[in-house]
Order: sequence, then C-alpha cells, then structure tokens
Amino acid sequence: MALQAIAFYLLATVTIGSGLAVVSVRNPVHSVLFLILTFFSAAGLFLLLGAEFLAMLLVVVYVGAVAVLFLFVVMMLDVDFGALKQGFARYAPVGAVVGGVLAIEMIIVATAVARGGAASGAREPMSALDGLSNTETIGRVLYTDYVYFFQAAGLVLLVAMIGAIVLTLRHKPGVRRQVIADQVARTAESGMRTVQIKPGEGMGE
Amino acid sequence: MDATTNFWATPGGWTLITVGQILAVMIWILLSLAFLLLADRKIWAGVQMRKGPNVVGPFGLLQSFADFLKFVLKEIVIPDGADKVVFILAPLISFVLAFAAWAVVPLAPGWVVSDINVGVLYLLAISSLGVYGIIMGGWASNSKYPFLGSLRSAAQMVSYEVSIGFVIITVILLAGTMNLQTIVEQQAGGFWNWYVFGGGLSNLPMILIMVPMAVVFFISALAETNRPPFDLPEAESELVAGYQVEYSSTPYLLFMIGEYANIVLMCAIITILFFGGWQAPFPTPFIESWPATAQSFFGFMWFFAKTVFFFFLIAMVKAIVPRYRYDQLMRLGWKVFLPFSLVAVVLVAAWRVFGPAQGAI
Repeated sequence: MALQAIAFYLLATVTIGSGLAVVSVRNPVHSVLFLILTFFSAAGLFLLLGAEFLAMLLVVVYVGAVAVLFLFVVMMLDVDFGALKQGFARYAPVGAVVGGVLAIEMIIVATAVARGGAASGAREPMSALDGLSNTETIGRVLYTDYVYFFQAAGLVLLVAMIGAIVLTLRHKPGVRRQVIADQVARTAESGMRTVQIKPGEGMGE
Repeated sequence: MDATTNFWATPGGWTLITVGQILAVMIWILLSLAFLLLADRKIWAGVQMRKGPNVVGPFGLLQSFADFLKFVLKEIVIPDGADKVVFILAPLISFVLAFAAWAVVPLAPGWVVSDINVGVLYLLAISSLGVYGIIMGGWASNSKYPFLGSLRSAAQMVSYEVSIGFVIITVILLAGTMNLQTIVEQQAGGFWNWYVFGGGLSNLPMILIMVPMAVVFFISALAETNRPPFDLPEAESELVAGYQVEYSSTPYLLFMIGEYANIVLMCAIITILFFGGWQAPFPTPFIESWPATAQSFFGFMWFFAKTVFFFFLIAMVKAIVPRYRYDQLMRLGWKVFLPFSLVAVVLVAAWRVFGPAQGAI
C-alpha cells in the first residue's frame, strides 16, 4: 500500500502542477506539452484505480492522437503575445466567475462522494461479472445495454469526418494527378511506337 | 528461508527485484543493439558488394562500441536559437519510450517484467507516444529542415498507426485476450497454430486474411519506425537529416538508440502477434521433463532467433527498396492499408461469430 500511496501523491502532484502550468506558461507550445503531461499522469491515476483499459485508451486517444494535432496547429500558428495580453483585463471577471462556479461544483460533488463512503477505502472497484477483466466488462456493457448509443456516437463521428473532408477537399482543374491503375495498365504496345526513319531524311512531322 | 521470502514480499524487496529485472532486460537489449547495428551495416554493405565496417575488432565486431565512445566523448552543441529544455528533452523521451515498451514483451515462458492484462494496448499507447520525441526535437531546433522533417514524420506516424491498430485488432479477435503472454501461449504446438496461419487448423480459412495482415503490419512497422523506404523525415537528399540536423554527440546517440530499439521492438511484436513468440515451430513434448529454467532458455532462443530474422528482413528492405514519394506514402497508408485492414477486421469478427468455433474464447 505504501508504494501505491507514493505513486498516487506523485501523480496527483504532477497532474495539478502541469495543469496549472498549461494556463500559466507563456509559450503556447510549452503549454501543449504540459497538457500532454497532464493527460499522461491522469492516465497513471486511472491505473491506480484499477481501470487499466481506460488508462491505456486515454493515452492512445488523447495523448497519441488529439494532442499531436494540437501540437501541430500550435506549432504552425504565429501567436502575437501582445494581442493576447490586451483583452486580459476585460475578460478576467468573466473567467473568474466561470472558474468560481466550476470550483464550487467540484467541491460539492467531492464532498458528496466522500460522504458516500468513497474516502474510507472500503470500496474496491470491481467487475460486475466475476472472473472478467475490466476490458471485457466494458466490452459487454458497451455492446449489449448501450449498443444503440455506441453506434449513434460512431455515426455522429462519421458525419463530422465526412463534413471536414467535404469542406476542405478541392480539386483544381488542370492539375495532373497520378493514376496508378493507368500506369500499371500501360503496355509496351500502348506506351511506345516504332518509327522507321530513312537515313538523311529525319522524322519530319 | 522464511526471512528471505518475507523480504521479497515487502515493498522494498519488490522494488529491488523489479529494478533488477528492468536492468537485466535493458542491458540485454543494449548489448544486442550494438551487434544488430553492426549487422544492419554489414547486410547493407553486403548487398552493395562492399565489406562494411571491418577494422575495429575481429570482423569489425567492436565497431558499435567504438562509435559509442566517439559519440559520448564529443561536445554537445546546442544551437543559439533553440529551446534548450525541449531540445534536450526530445532525445530523452525517444530513448525512454523505446525501452518502456519492452516492459510487457514476453521474452520466454515466465520471463516478462510486467505481465499486464492490456499488454497490447500498452504497446500501442507507448508507440503512439514515440512521435513526441521527433516532433519536439524538430520544433526545438528552431530551424527549417528539422521542422519540416518533424512535421512529415508526425503525419506519417499518425497515419500508419491507424492501420497498425486495425491489424492488431484482428489478432486480438482471434486470441480473445490482450495479454501478450496468453497470446503467445495460445500459439503453442507447432507453426500451424501461429496467428499468421489463422491460429489452429480449425481456423485455416483465416490464412487468406492473416498472411496479408502480417505483411501489412510489417510494412506499417517500417513506416512507423521511419525506416527506408519510408524514411522521409530524414530524407538526406531533401532535408539533410530531418529532425536530427541540429543534434550532435550524446543527444544524437540517444535518438539513434531509441530508433533502433523501436525497430527491434517492432520485430518482437510481429514475432509475438503472428509468429508464435517464444513457441518452437514444432510440438515440443520432450521439454516437459526439463527444469523450468531450461524451458525458459529454450523458449528465449526461439524468440530471439525469430526477432533477429525479422530484423534481417528490415535491413534487407533498407538495402533493396528505393524511397517512396510523400504523396505515395500517404496514398498507401490511407487508401490501401486502411480499407484493407478494416475489411479484414470485419471478416475476422464474422468468422469468430459465425465460423465453426462460434464465439468460443
């Protein structure tokens, strides 16, 4: 248990510290890198809870794919720090109100959960079906009870993907494209002709 | 006896034994890498009818160690406009991640540092993190060639990860587990039980899907590790050396060791998922009577031989195949491998549900 406690406090400190750094560092690329560290240590916390499938999925999806795209965009943006600073005083009260509401909500939820006995340590996360790992349990629940929601979520993502492609795909007229099927279908007969040229006369037209 | 068993059960003893295992695996991999690197250069030279490194030690066997000393003793140059912290962090991340993945790789019966239930997902997660070392190195160098190289590399690795994921899903569907040690154990009893041949004679029709999937995985592994013919991030004729341009001495060494450790890791993953891991290609009832350590060594020998065989294939590809153009690379990943592996996932899933084994896992 001692090792788990050490791991928990280490991961929790890193999560909170890097979360703060995301909003406080000046360089936007550093901020994305801290965001990645936050995701990563949050995945570690999931592991400590015994939710290994969620932890791995968090790393694969958020750290491995979403954050790469963030980094991609932020690296290529030309951010003007002066312009960013200008609106600060005007937006600060709104930000403070939103932050305050979020903080109060978090405290209420946390105390409610703690009163429910979560802090006593008596509850271990366990599978609903005996002898199954939590990957299998999630799979069974997802494909039986919630199969329609699961499929609907997939369709929503598909529509979003098609939308993004339709918005950005442009075919310029007059651009020659590589058609691999045509290249492969070319034979010696269709790609070449032999011409008999008499000496001294040349080919002409 | 009681005192010692108690000590290994305490947190201190557990930490000690785990650190010991990690060190053993790391030192073994580093030593193997030294000779695999030499083998890579020798094979490349052999194809081109050169001799390759042959001066340091007998047959040039000590060449890698000489290179290592050279890298370590040289001066570290950090460019003026570079982001120093990220610049140093990038090769460290590459190096650490390349070795972190080895934690779940089953080397032999019972020989694995961490035998976790989601081993396959862990491998996928760690290899998807590998792109950060490259992208950070390219950005922190504050120079055009490294930046372009790292952008290319990020797009390439993200693209090929998708098809790698689908190919892995086909194996998971056949195996019914994500624990790597279990996946290997299920391929026992001879080469016809390997997942490249569908895993067992009752699944024989799956050979039509799994052999192409193994090939897709091999090619995607080349793209994922930035090996020729997909080494566009460091295409020397266009980008000098891509994201590594500004790196010198030890940071460069870390990048290079990380890259090669990843290549060998990919060979190991192909071995485990498709070619039976540490299982011998024939039934081995005669080793039942052997002591457990001897059985483990027997298994480790097969695992090592298969991994080295795939490393040989990758080295041959480097010597033989010319580099792809970038749009062809993207076409191959998104328009050929992705639909192909997606259809394979559907077919394998259908076989598992409607086939003769009807969902028995």
